Amino acid sequence: MHTLDITIENLAKVEGSVSVEIKVIDGKVEYTHFKAVDYKRFFTQAMEGKPIAAIPQLLARICGTCSNAHILCAIEACEHALGIQPSEQTILMRYLTCYGLMIRDHALHLYLFVTPDIYGKDNFLDFDENKPEEHQLLHDAFDVKAAGNFLNTLIAGRAVHALHPTIGGFLHFPEKEGIGEAIKKLEEIRPAVLRLIKIFEELPWRLDRKTNYMALVPERFGFLNGQIKSSNGETISEGDFRSHLEHVVLPYSQASAYKHEQESYMVGALARVNLAKELLHPDTKESAKTALAIFPSTNIYHNNLAQAIEILHSIDDAIEILSSHEFVPEPIITKPPQEAVGIGVIEAPRGTLYHKVELGSDGIVKRGEVIVPTGQNQVNMEEDIARLVEESLPTKSKEEIQFEIEKLIRAYDPCISCASHFLKIKWQEE
Amino acid sequence: MAEENKKLKVGWFSFSCSEDSTILFTELMNEHWQEWKKIFDFRHARVLQSKNILDELDIAFIEGAITSDEQTEQLKDIRQKSKKLVAIGACAVQGMPAGQRNFFDEKQKEEIEALIARFAALPKVLKVSEVVKVDAEVPGCPMDPNIFLKVVESLIKDLSGITL
Repeated sequence: MHTLDITIENLAKVEGSVSVEIKVIDGKVEYTHFKAVDYKRFFTQAMEGKPIAAIPQLLARICGTCSNAHILCAIEACEHALGIQPSEQTILMRYLTCYGLMIRDHALHLYLFVTPDIYGKDNFLDFDENKPEEHQLLHDAFDVKAAGNFLNTLIAGRAVHALHPTIGGFLHFPEKEGIGEAIKKLEEIRPAVLRLIKIFEELPWRLDRKTNYMALVPERFGFLNGQIKSSNGETISEGDFRSHLEHVVLPYSQASAYKHEQESYMVGALARVNLAKELLHPDTKESAKTALAIFPSTNIYHNNLAQAIEILHSIDDAIEILSSHEFVPEPIITKPPQEAVGIGVIEAPRGTLYHKVELGSDGIVKRGEVIVPTGQNQVNMEEDIARLVEESLPTKSKEEIQFEIEKLIRAYDPCISCASHFLKIKWQEE
Repeated sequence: MAEENKKLKVGWFSFSCSEDSTILFTELMNEHWQEWKKIFDFRHARVLQSKNILDELDIAFIEGAITSDEQTEQLKDIRQKSKKLVAIGACAVQGMPAGQRNFFDEKQKEEIEALIARFAALPKVLKVSEVVKVDAEVPGCPMDPNIFLKVVESLIKDLSGITL
């Protein structure tokens, strides 16, 4: 029987630094440690004593790739604390901010991090320009990312740490010219995204393990508002979300993990498409019909397919919003500070993101809390890794198993920058 | 264009930060990937590849602040093996915001004390220039893309005589 230790140090092609340690005794996985090795930067502590206006830009600095999700989530938490209801145009511009983010973030992951594993390359730039398929992929990748970046810059000011979204509205509004150009760019990348969906639809990678999926199921598949639903059939309101999660202490990791009803669960694109595929844009449903027929799926690698489908939805709905609305300058909505707790819940690229702000009547934040998607997926990921290792042991070498583990972790698209930068705080009301 | 051995050997390293400049770097690739593919030999860039080598580098790009003895040693090792070292983004250049705990009050410091000890973090977070000599800086949070391109252009000219 197999007895071995597998260690992967500083896994490449993920956001942040992570190591994995697995101990196998007699063919059984004794433990799997998915270790965030980025040092903590203590954002929850840093929120204390800051004026509420500073919170969205502060929390953006948790993460580079999904900074705009942190901004939107923090704005929602702050607006809930202040009692601000954003305007209809603000909500649409926030959808567009989300769509720009999803396009470029999912594209970075799928093209630069995952396709090299499919094509047997290490670095995406190693793809051969002289081979038609690889040539196409190289160009598709940077065109799709650039279109997402353009949309982000037009609406939010920039793709990383956006400048325009703020508590109560936007600081800048897109000009007509830019809107026309964004629509053109988004239409141009649609065929590339259909090619991407096809790659992941045909990919034979499989690891099935039944788990619970959780996501914010919105009225519009737009990542911002709605109720949290689970594949077990529960519905949880945004404000109650925290009380349904149990914090799990991992002495070996800089990150926090969570369970729901003592069990692992999964958040992210697979959860969203499993729970709400009928809410996708009609054009997406039409163009990705055969791919969508695969969902709901328990194959973790279909998280990548779900991400590709979400890129298409983001393009289709962004085109609809951009072509059917006039964007006019609006004043920022302000309200005087009050003693209150505000909660923000949105769907970040990697899943449900939770921010909590406890505000004093002087406008100064007393405490905060942040729960990120990767922390919620941690236990599920470890259980999937253990399953993969046990299934692979009889037929695969240690090196092959190690590569399979890397592929599996990348399927989750974990973000360690996000996961490692908090210190769990005990809230008194719990 | 340049032969494989004429390419500039570059490394991109991330320490304590949000890796926002890494993301911006991958966004700059949207416009520049064809040019960089010809000029750069990515010897060490965890965001792009699994097989990373740290032998000798023409340019090391350092993102993030320094938080532990281990990171200090890694950075010194990179410095020793690199002709030019560039500090990228606010955390590397100024040590902030990754070093925000340096400015915590006593109560906040007490709250994080146990974690600092558990993971053997440095008592004070350092900017890159507090640990090694820095040849060029690209400030900004994330890094200013125009300054980055200018720095890259001048380093390429310095090191290989190629004008972009």
